[in-house]
Amino acid sequence: MKSIKKITYSTTQLTWLVALRVLIGWYFLYEGMVKLTNPNWSGVAYLLDSEGFLKGFYISLASNPFILKTVDFLNIWGLITIGLGLILGAFSRIAIIAGIILMGLYYFSHPPFIGLKYSLPMEGSYLFVNKILIELAALVVLFVFPTSKEIGLDRFIFSNKKK
Amino acid sequence: MENNKENNTNQKSSESKKIKRRDVIKGLATIPVLGAFVYGWYKKQNFDRLLKQAIQEDINLDAVNPVINKNISKGNQIRIGIIGCGSRGRSLLRAAGFVHPEIIDNWKEEALKNKADKRYHDYLEQEDLNLVVNGVCDVFDINAEKGQEAASNLNREGSGGKMGAKPRRYGIYKELLAANNIDAVIIASPDHWHGTMTIEAAKSGKHVYSEKPMTWTVPETYKVVKAVKENNIVFQLGHQNRQNESYFKAKEAIKKNILGKINLIEVTTNRNSPNGAWVYNIPEEAGPGNIDWKQFIGPAPYHDFSLKRFFRWRCWWDYSTGLSGDLFTHEYDAMNQILGLGIPDSAVSSGGIYYFKDGRTVPDVLQMAFEYPDRNFSLVYSASLASNKKRGRVIMGHDAYMEVGEDLKIYVDTGSTKYKKKLDEGIIDPSLPMYSFTPGMKQVDAITSPTEQYFAGRGLLYTYRGGKRVNTTHLHIKDWIDCIRDGTQPSCNIDMGFEEAMTAHMGTIAYRENRKVFWDSDKQEIV
Repeated sequence: MKSIKKITYSTTQLTWLVALRVLIGWYFLYEGMVKLTNPNWSGVAYLLDSEGFLKGFYISLASNPFILKTVDFLNIWGLITIGLGLILGAFSRIAIIAGIILMGLYYFSHPPFIGLKYSLPMEGSYLFVNKILIELAALVVLFVFPTSKEIGLDRFIFSNKKK
Repeated sequence: MENNKENNTNQKSSESKKIKRRDVIKGLATIPVLGAFVYGWYKKQNFDRLLKQAIQEDINLDAVNPVINKNISKGNQIRIGIIGCGSRGRSLLRAAGFVHPEIIDNWKEEALKNKADKRYHDYLEQEDLNLVVNGVCDVFDINAEKGQEAASNLNREGSGGKMGAKPRRYGIYKELLAANNIDAVIIASPDHWHGTMTIEAAKSGKHVYSEKPMTWTVPETYKVVKAVKENNIVFQLGHQNRQNESYFKAKEAIKKNILGKINLIEVTTNRNSPNGAWVYNIPEEAGPGNIDWKQFIGPAPYHDFSLKRFFRWRCWWDYSTGLSGDLFTHEYDAMNQILGLGIPDSAVSSGGIYYFKDGRTVPDVLQMAFEYPDRNFSLVYSASLASNKKRGRVIMGHDAYMEVGEDLKIYVDTGSTKYKKKLDEGIIDPSLPMYSFTPGMKQVDAITSPTEQYFAGRGLLYTYRGGKRVNTTHLHIKDWIDCIRDGTQPSCNIDMGFEEAMTAHMGTIAYRENRKVFWDSDKQEIV
C-alpha cells in the first residue's frame, strides 16, 4: 500500500478521480438526508425482503426493535458521514472503507443471484452484477487511487505526515 | 551578496506563500460542491412541499390515526359462554383471550424457526378483557373439548402449563342460554342457527356476539331485530373489519368528497383453494357417535347423517347462505360502514357451480348487482372460489377512485374535472396514489417514495412499526365488551345487522329465483 501514496497523477487523471469521489459522495449524502428527514423511513421492509445465504442475519436485525433502531441510525448517519467525507475529502480512507462495507451489506441483502426473487422492484435487469456492486468496485478504485491529500481537506488533516 | 541573499529569501517567501495559497485552494476545492448540494436540497424540499401543499389543498385529510376503541376493559368481569367451537369459534375465543395451548406450542415453535414470526409475542401483548368463560357448547364432542381446553387457558400457556378450571360443557345450547352464571354469548354456529340462537339468547337477557351473516332466512331477520331491541341487549355482528383503521380514513375521504360523484362500487372475493371453497378436512375420529346430528339439523330440512354436510355445511343451502351470506356480507359491511349504503333498491344475480362439482348446492362463482338510484350508484359484487386474481375493493368517482384494503389508496382519475388543472400541470400523477394511508404509520403522507408505496400495498411496512400488530377480531370483541360495560351501542349493531342481512338475502333470492328483487322501503320488505 505504501507505493500507492507515491502515485502522481496527471491533471486529467486527478480531475476524474476527484469527480468520481465527489459524485459517489453526493449520492451517499442525498440518500442519507432523505432517510433522515422522512419520519416514516425504516430499513425494516428492506431487511425483511432479504434473500440469499445471509437472509437469516438480515431478518434477525429487523426482528428486534432495539437492534432495528440502531441499524437505522447507523445506516442514516453512515450514509451522511461517508457522503461528506467523500465530497470534502476528509478522512477519506475511513469513509471509503465504511462505504465499501455498507455497499457489501446492501449487496448481500439483495444479491442478484439466479433464482432469488424480491418484493422490492428492481429498476433494471441484473445477473450477479448490479449497481451496488459497481459502486462498491468504484469505491475500491478510489481506495487504490487516493486523491484527498491532493484535493480535499485531508491535505491539511494529514499535512504533517505528508512532509 | 547581501542584496542577493535578501532577494533570495523574498523569492522563497513569496513562493511559499504561493504554495500555501495553492495548498488552501486544493484543500478546499470540493467545498463548493457542498454548497451546490445545500442549494439543490433546499430547492427539492421546496418543490416537494409545494407539491404536497397543492395536493393537500384538495385532500385536506388530517394526518392523525383515528382513535377507535374506548379503554374500559378493566371494569367488572364479564362471564361469557360460547356456542360453536369449530375453527371460527375457537379463533373468537382466542381473540377474547382464551387460546388453545396447542396453538401456543405451535407459535413458539414457529418463532424459534423464524425470528420474524411474532404471533406468540403479539398474543401475549393482546389486552386482557377481564372475561371468564363459564359455558361451552358444541354438537361435536371433540370441538367442545377443544373449546373447554382453550377456555381454561387463563394464562395463555402452552401444553403442560398451569390451566384454570374447565368450564361446563353444555350438550344443548338452550341450557347454556338459561345458565345464570353467563352474561353474554358468542354465537359461532352454522348460518342456519344464527337467528334462532340470537333470538333465544336475547330473550334470556344475554348479550350476543354473532358471527355473520345475522340470519339464514328473511322472516327470522325481523324476529332477531325485535328480540334484540325488546330485551335491550348489546348485539354485535361479527364483521371484525369494522375495526380496520383504513376504513375510518376512507369514510373521512368520502365525507370530504375527494372522489367526486361516486357512481360505481366494486367488491370482490377471490379464493382458490379447497379450504377457501369450504371443503374442510373431516377428522378421522368424527362419526355419529360423537356428533349430535339431530341438534345440528335444527331448523334445516331433514337429511340423513352426513360427515360431508356436517363439516362442509357452507356448501349447502340447507345450512348456509352461500357466497352472499358468507363472504359478500364482509364486503357489503365494509362499504356500508364507509358509505352508509343502507338496503339497496334492487338486486340481480347470476353465477353457477363451475369448478367445485362436489355435490354442493351453493354457487362457487357469483355476480350480484345492487342498485342505489337515490344515490346514483351501483354496488357490484363478483366472486370466484377458483381464482386468486386479486381484484380488490374499489370505490369509483368521477374525480378519483379509492382502493380500500388493509391500507387505503386514492388515485386521481385521468378524466377528472376537479383535478384537471393539476393533472395538466403535472402536479398530480394519476399513476401514483394521490393519497395513501397505512394503519400504524406514524404519519400520513401524500407523497412517499415508490418503494414505500410498494411495501405499504403489501402490508409489510407497519407490521413491526410501533412494535404492535393488532388483531381486528380482538378489537371487535373488545368493542362489544366495552359496550356491555357502559351500555352503549357497538359498531356493528342490530341496525347494521338488519341492513346486512336483508341486502345479502336480496342477492340470494335474486340468484335462487333467477329474478330481479326489489326492496320496498315503506313496508320494509323484499318483493
